[in-house]
Amino acid sequence: MAKKEYSFYPGCSSQKGASASNLQTSVDAMCDALDIQLNEIPDWNCCSASIGYGEGGELPRIALSARNLALSEQHNPGQDLVATCAACWLATREASERLRGSDQLMAETNQALAAAGLNLEPAKPQRVRHMVEVLIEDFGFEALGEKVQKPLEGIKIASYIGCQTNRPFGIDGESFENPVYLDKLVDTLGGDTIPDYETKVQCCGGALMFSEPEKSQELVKGILEAAHDNGADMIVTPCPLCQMNTEVYQDQINAKHGTSFNMPVVYYSQLMSVAYGKSAGEAGLDGQIIKARKLENIAGK
Amino acid sequence: MSDMGSVAIEKYRNNNYRNNFLHEVEAHVEGGEWVKMCMQCGVCAGSCPLGPHWAHPPQEIFMMIRAGKREEVLTSDSMWMCTSCYNCIVRCPRGLPITHIMHGLAHYAHRLGLAPEKQPTREFAKLFWDNITKNGRANELKMGLSLYFKDGFGSGVKEAMKNKALGQAMMKTKRMNPMEFFGGHGVKDKSGLHAMLAKAREIEDAKFEQGK
Ligand code: SF4
Ligand code: SF4
Repeated sequence: MAKKEYSFYPGCSSQKGASASNLQTSVDAMCDALDIQLNEIPDWNCCSASIGYGEGGELPRIALSARNLALSEQHNPGQDLVATCAACWLATREASERLRGSDQLMAETNQALAAAGLNLEPAKPQRVRHMVEVLIEDFGFEALGEKVQKPLEGIKIASYIGCQTNRPFGIDGESFENPVYLDKLVDTLGGDTIPDYETKVQCCGGALMFSEPEKSQELVKGILEAAHDNGADMIVTPCPLCQMNTEVYQDQINAKHGTSFNMPVVYYSQLMSVAYGKSAGEAGLDGQIIKARKLENIAGK
Repeated sequence: MSDMGSVAIEKYRNNNYRNNFLHEVEAHVEGGEWVKMCMQCGVCAGSCPLGPHWAHPPQEIFMMIRAGKREEVLTSDSMWMCTSCYNCIVRCPRGLPITHIMHGLAHYAHRLGLAPEKQPTREFAKLFWDNITKNGRANELKMGLSLYFKDGFGSGVKEAMKNKALGQAMMKTKRMNPMEFFGGHGVKDKSGLHAMLAKAREIEDAKFEQGK
């Protein structure tokens, strides 16, 4: 298969030394195995996520995404823009759709962009896609399965999709209430799925984990409990904020609720990297605060 | 906009739209033109993850807007409970962009100075925006620190200590970098980014003041 190229928007949390740097490590390994070339958008900026609205008005927020779209069109013309972070994808795709849907918004945004020496071509929209869409639509499960060298045998994995990879856009052909693509992926990689995992699209609290930690940790507790009760060895997720919220507060939740959660939470790209024969380091497994031992063992084989 | 400015606007708004809060929301709140489409089915009210903590769920907020309950809506803590989960949007039979309206109402209340003081999500949202627009990319370390220290040094140290184990684990796994304190990630074209945001704000302020 020929090399596939995309215009890449990594997002703040995927940078070196940031909270999802292990996502990026594993995405690089996965793309290497699949012969995908990611062309990083030069000088991209933060999308302002789903919490920018408090201080940032509609136009400044759209302008942030528009700047990335303009840089992407300029430097990586003709390539689909691909994001790995749910919030980055959502903000960019929504901005792109709203801009193409309103001449006035487009004109005002271009006025703002002009101050940065940039411009958006109304007539030439770039597609804004999630990495998961690329895997499913441009490769397909069969092709993804062909690359497996080390099946994830004997690992039971709860597929936690969360909110923003799933709503409002979601992955084509999947339902909002019970999307099954992550289960299919786990299955493709040789792992055991939990098809009835009750909390697969439940909210982790999102950005409110920072401002309302107790309320949000209650939500996470439910997500962990359901995985635990279904006998999961680990949780897999496509979203950096879901990953962080469900992994790193387990100690605090245990202390508050008298539970004893010790549930690894990994990214789909880490599962794929290991199954594709990459090392634990290449799969970013050293980035887990709760070690994913069963995955490490397979990587070490 | 200066505080004086927003006080004057607030006074003007209050008089100008007297008894017609719905029109005010339609003119000034993101997605506000959709409010009148709500048929009060209640689906959204059962969709919020922090449901028990909403004094007024979205359905009720929409009813209150139509009933002209300006003060109660804009000073409410409720919109700040939105986790941006988008459950409501995909379920609403009338297709209301409920998430955006909640964000829009929160932003409008914040801008008019009516949102509850010390509301934690309001405070965090402001910290977040200031953080990401300064260098164009998030500085997670400083975001955490300013969140801990937002209520002063004493309580900040306490907050930070509570999360000490977490911080150490993040650093050990290289998911947090202490050097971020001295600068950290950012875009190269900061002046362009700032000029762009200033221009966007200017366009929006002009509309805000004259009432779109
Ligand atoms: S789901 Fe839609 S129509 Fe029903 S109450 Fe909520 S906003 Fe109104
Ligand atoms: S997006 Fe906000 S308003 Fe809608 S269901 Fe989620 S928390 Fe409620």
